[in-house]
Amino acid sequence: MSTPPAEPDNEIRSAIAQAIADHRVLLFMKGTPEQPACGFSARTVAALQALDAPFAAIDVLPDPRIRQELSALSNWPTIPQLFVGGELIGGCDIVMEMYESGELAPTLGVPEDSNASASASPEPASATGQPGAVAPLGIENRLA
Amino acid sequence: MPDADEIRRRIEAAIPNSEAVVQDYTGGGDHFQATVTSPAFAGRSRIEQHRMVYEVFGEEIGGPIHALSLKTQTETRRS
Repeated sequence: MSTPPAEPDNEIRSAIAQAIADHRVLLFMKGTPEQPACGFSARTVAALQALDAPFAAIDVLPDPRIRQELSALSNWPTIPQLFVGGELIGGCDIVMEMYESGELAPTLGVPEDSNASASASPEPASATGQPGAVAPLGIENRLA
Repeated sequence: MPDADEIRRRIEAAIPNSEAVVQDYTGGGDHFQATVTSPAFAGRSRIEQHRMVYEVFGEEIGGPIHALSLKTQTETRRS
Protein backbone atom coordinates (compact mmCIF):
# COMPACT_ATOMS: atom_id res chain seq x y z
CA MET A 1 0.00 0.00 0.00
CA SER A 2 1.42 3.35 -0.95
CA THR A 3 0.54 6.24 1.28
CA PRO A 4 0.53 9.93 0.42
CA PRO A 5 3.46 11.80 1.93
CA ALA A 6 3.30 12.67 5.61
CA GLU A 7 -0.03 14.06 6.60
CA PRO A 8 0.16 15.23 10.20
CA ASP A 9 -2.31 12.59 11.40
CA ASN A 10 -0.32 9.83 9.77
CA GLU A 11 2.66 11.07 11.69
CA ILE A 12 0.72 10.67 14.88
CA ARG A 13 -0.29 7.21 13.83
CA SER A 14 3.26 6.15 13.07
CA ALA A 15 4.42 7.56 16.40
CA ILE A 16 1.76 5.47 18.11
CA ALA A 17 2.75 2.36 16.16
CA GLN A 18 6.38 2.99 17.05
CA ALA A 19 5.55 3.36 20.74
CA ILE A 20 3.61 0.09 20.65
CA ALA A 21 6.58 -1.63 19.02
CA ASP A 22 9.07 -0.11 21.47
CA HIS A 23 7.36 -1.00 24.76
CA ARG A 24 6.58 -4.54 25.74
CA VAL A 25 3.77 -3.47 28.07
CA LEU A 26 2.15 -0.21 27.04
CA LEU A 27 -1.03 1.36 28.36
CA PHE A 28 -2.86 4.13 26.53
CA MET A 29 -4.92 5.88 29.16
CA LYS A 30 -6.63 9.09 30.18
CA GLY A 31 -4.28 10.87 32.54
CA THR A 32 -1.16 9.34 34.03
CA PRO A 33 -0.59 6.30 36.28
CA GLU A 34 -0.07 8.76 39.14
CA GLN A 35 -3.15 10.79 38.26
CA PRO A 36 -5.64 8.82 36.16
CA ALA A 37 -8.35 11.06 34.72
CA CYS A 38 -10.99 8.36 34.30
CA GLY A 39 -12.20 5.49 36.45
CA PHE A 40 -11.62 2.89 33.74
CA SER A 41 -8.02 3.99 33.30
CA ALA A 42 -7.57 4.05 37.08
CA ARG A 43 -8.83 0.48 37.44
CA THR A 44 -6.58 -0.79 34.68
CA VAL A 45 -3.52 0.90 36.22
CA ALA A 46 -4.47 -0.58 39.59
CA ALA A 47 -4.57 -4.10 38.13
CA LEU A 48 -1.11 -3.68 36.60
CA GLN A 49 0.26 -2.24 39.81
CA ALA A 50 -1.30 -5.01 41.91
CA LEU A 51 0.83 -7.46 39.92
CA ASP A 52 3.92 -5.25 40.19
CA ALA A 53 4.00 -5.28 36.41
CA PRO A 54 6.36 -2.78 34.84
CA PHE A 55 4.58 -0.80 32.15
CA ALA A 56 4.85 2.32 30.10
CA ALA A 57 1.88 4.65 29.76
CA ILE A 58 0.74 7.25 27.29
CA ASP A 59 -1.81 9.90 28.11
CA VAL A 60 -4.27 10.33 25.21
CA LEU A 61 -5.80 13.52 26.57
CA PRO A 62 -3.27 16.15 25.40
CA ASP A 63 -4.55 15.89 21.82
CA PRO A 64 -7.83 14.31 20.62
CA ARG A 65 -6.06 13.05 17.51
CA ILE A 66 -4.00 10.62 19.61
CA ARG A 67 -7.17 8.82 20.56
CA GLN A 68 -8.59 9.01 17.03
CA GLU A 69 -5.48 7.58 15.45
CA LEU A 70 -5.03 4.96 18.15
CA SER A 71 -8.58 3.71 17.70
CA ALA A 72 -8.18 3.67 13.93
CA LEU A 73 -5.00 1.66 14.32
CA SER A 74 -6.26 -0.79 16.93
CA ASN A 75 -9.88 -1.06 15.78
CA TRP A 76 -10.92 -0.51 19.37
CA PRO A 77 -13.15 2.42 20.27
CA THR A 78 -12.47 3.07 23.93
CA ILE A 79 -9.67 4.08 26.28
CA PRO A 80 -7.77 2.55 28.10
CA GLN A 81 -6.06 0.12 25.74
CA LEU A 82 -3.39 -2.28 26.95
CA PHE A 83 -0.79 -3.60 24.51
CA VAL A 84 1.58 -6.44 25.33
CA GLY A 85 4.26 -7.43 22.88
CA GLY A 86 2.72 -5.22 20.23
CA GLU A 87 -0.72 -6.78 20.52
CA LEU A 88 -3.91 -5.29 21.86
CA ILE A 89 -4.94 -7.22 24.97
CA GLY A 90 -8.06 -5.20 25.65
CA GLY A 91 -9.62 -2.37 27.55
CA CYS A 92 -10.57 -2.10 31.19
CA ASP A 93 -13.19 -4.88 31.09
CA ILE A 94 -10.91 -7.48 29.55
CA VAL A 95 -7.92 -6.53 31.70
CA MET A 96 -10.05 -6.80 34.85
CA GLU A 97 -11.53 -10.11 33.72
CA MET A 98 -8.04 -11.46 33.06
CA TYR A 99 -6.81 -10.12 36.38
CA GLU A 100 -9.62 -11.84 38.24
CA SER A 101 -9.16 -15.11 36.37
CA GLY A 102 -5.40 -15.11 36.90
CA GLU A 103 -4.63 -14.82 33.18
CA LEU A 104 -3.20 -11.34 33.37
CA ALA A 105 0.06 -12.15 35.19
CA PRO A 106 1.24 -14.79 32.70
CA THR A 107 0.24 -12.52 29.82
CA LEU A 108 2.38 -9.77 31.31
CA GLY A 109 5.14 -12.20 32.21
CA VAL A 110 5.09 -11.45 35.93
CA PRO A 111 4.61 -13.73 38.95
CA GLU A 112 0.98 -14.22 39.90
CA ASP A 113 1.54 -13.61 43.58
CA SER A 114 1.16 -9.87 43.98
CA ASN A 115 3.26 -10.05 47.17
CA ALA A 116 6.17 -11.64 45.37
CA SER A 117 9.28 -9.55 45.16
CA ALA A 118 9.35 -7.35 42.10
CA SER A 119 12.48 -8.93 40.76
CA ALA A 120 11.07 -10.53 37.65
CA SER A 121 11.19 -9.07 34.16
CA PRO A 122 13.07 -5.90 34.88
CA GLU A 123 12.44 -3.24 32.29
CA PRO A 124 14.68 -0.20 32.42
CA ALA A 125 13.03 3.05 33.41
CA SER A 126 9.64 1.46 33.68
CA ALA A 127 9.25 0.86 37.38
CA THR A 128 5.59 1.13 38.23
CA GLY A 129 4.44 4.24 39.95
CA GLN A 130 7.60 6.21 39.47
CA PRO A 131 7.93 9.28 37.29
CA GLY A 132 10.08 7.34 34.83
CA ALA A 133 7.15 5.05 34.06
CA VAL A 134 5.68 7.39 31.50
CA ALA A 135 6.90 6.64 28.02
CA PRO A 136 8.58 9.53 26.30
CA LEU A 137 6.23 9.48 23.31
CA GLY A 138 7.19 12.34 21.06
CA ILE A 139 3.64 12.98 19.91
CA GLU A 140 3.21 16.31 21.57
CA ASN A 141 6.51 17.56 20.19
CA ARG A 142 5.61 16.47 16.70
CA LEU A 143 2.49 18.55 16.79
CA ALA A 144 4.28 21.73 17.67
CA MET B 1 -29.47 9.71 23.57
CA PRO B 2 -29.93 5.93 23.78
CA ASP B 3 -31.19 4.43 27.00
CA ALA B 4 -30.36 1.03 28.46
CA ASP B 5 -33.38 -0.60 26.85
CA GLU B 6 -32.54 0.73 23.40
CA ILE B 7 -28.96 -0.50 23.76
CA ARG B 8 -30.26 -3.92 24.75
CA ARG B 9 -32.60 -4.06 21.76
CA ARG B 10 -29.93 -2.97 19.31
CA ILE B 11 -27.41 -5.55 20.57
CA GLU B 12 -30.00 -8.32 20.44
CA ALA B 13 -31.05 -7.28 16.94
CA ALA B 14 -27.49 -7.21 15.62
CA ILE B 15 -25.91 -10.29 17.20
CA PRO B 16 -27.48 -13.63 16.32
CA ASN B 17 -29.38 -15.35 19.12
CA SER B 18 -28.02 -12.96 21.67
CA GLU B 19 -29.37 -12.00 25.00
CA ALA B 20 -28.24 -8.73 26.52
CA VAL B 21 -28.63 -7.39 30.01
CA VAL B 22 -27.91 -3.66 30.04
CA GLN B 23 -27.65 -1.36 33.00
CA ASP B 24 -27.25 2.36 33.18
CA TYR B 25 -24.05 2.29 35.20
CA THR B 26 -24.24 5.70 36.80
CA GLY B 27 -27.85 6.67 36.19
CA GLY B 28 -26.55 9.48 34.04
CA GLY B 29 -27.59 7.91 30.74
CA ASP B 30 -24.14 7.73 29.20
CA HIS B 31 -22.24 5.01 31.09
CA PHE B 32 -23.66 1.58 30.43
CA GLN B 33 -22.77 -1.93 31.49
CA ALA B 34 -23.83 -4.80 29.25
CA THR B 35 -23.59 -8.55 29.67
CA VAL B 36 -24.12 -10.19 26.30
CA THR B 37 -24.64 -13.89 25.79
CA SER B 38 -24.55 -15.37 22.31
CA PRO B 39 -23.44 -18.61 20.69
CA ALA B 40 -22.04 -16.35 17.94
CA PHE B 41 -19.14 -15.55 20.29
CA ALA B 42 -17.93 -19.14 20.26
CA GLY B 43 -14.41 -19.59 18.97
CA ARG B 44 -13.65 -15.88 19.10
CA SER B 45 -11.22 -14.12 21.41
CA ARG B 46 -12.49 -11.68 24.02
CA ILE B 47 -11.21 -8.84 21.88
CA GLU B 48 -13.23 -10.06 18.91
CA GLN B 49 -16.32 -10.65 21.02
CA HIS B 50 -16.19 -7.13 22.42
CA ARG B 51 -15.55 -5.68 18.96
CA MET B 52 -18.73 -7.37 17.70
CA VAL B 53 -20.72 -5.50 20.33
CA TYR B 54 -18.90 -2.20 19.90
CA GLU B 55 -19.51 -2.38 16.15
CA VAL B 56 -23.24 -2.24 16.77
CA PHE B 57 -22.78 1.35 17.95
CA GLY B 58 -19.89 2.58 15.82
CA GLU B 59 -19.11 6.22 16.41
CA GLU B 60 -21.65 6.48 19.20
CA ILE B 61 -19.11 4.85 21.52
CA GLY B 62 -17.13 7.68 23.00
CA GLY B 63 -19.83 10.07 21.80
CA PRO B 64 -23.38 9.90 23.15
CA ILE B 65 -22.50 6.57 24.75
CA HIS B 66 -19.52 7.72 26.78
CA ALA B 67 -18.73 4.25 28.03
CA LEU B 68 -20.07 0.79 27.39
CA SER B 69 -18.57 -1.69 29.80
CA LEU B 70 -18.84 -5.23 28.44
CA LYS B 71 -18.93 -8.78 29.56
CA THR B 72 -19.45 -11.35 26.85
CA GLN B 73 -20.14 -15.07 27.16
CA THR B 74 -21.18 -17.90 24.92
CA GLU B 75 -23.34 -19.94 27.23
CA THR B 76 -26.96 -19.01 27.49
CA ARG B 77 -28.16 -18.96 31.03
CA ARG B 78 -31.71 -20.00 31.49
CA SER B 79 -33.54 -19.17 34.64
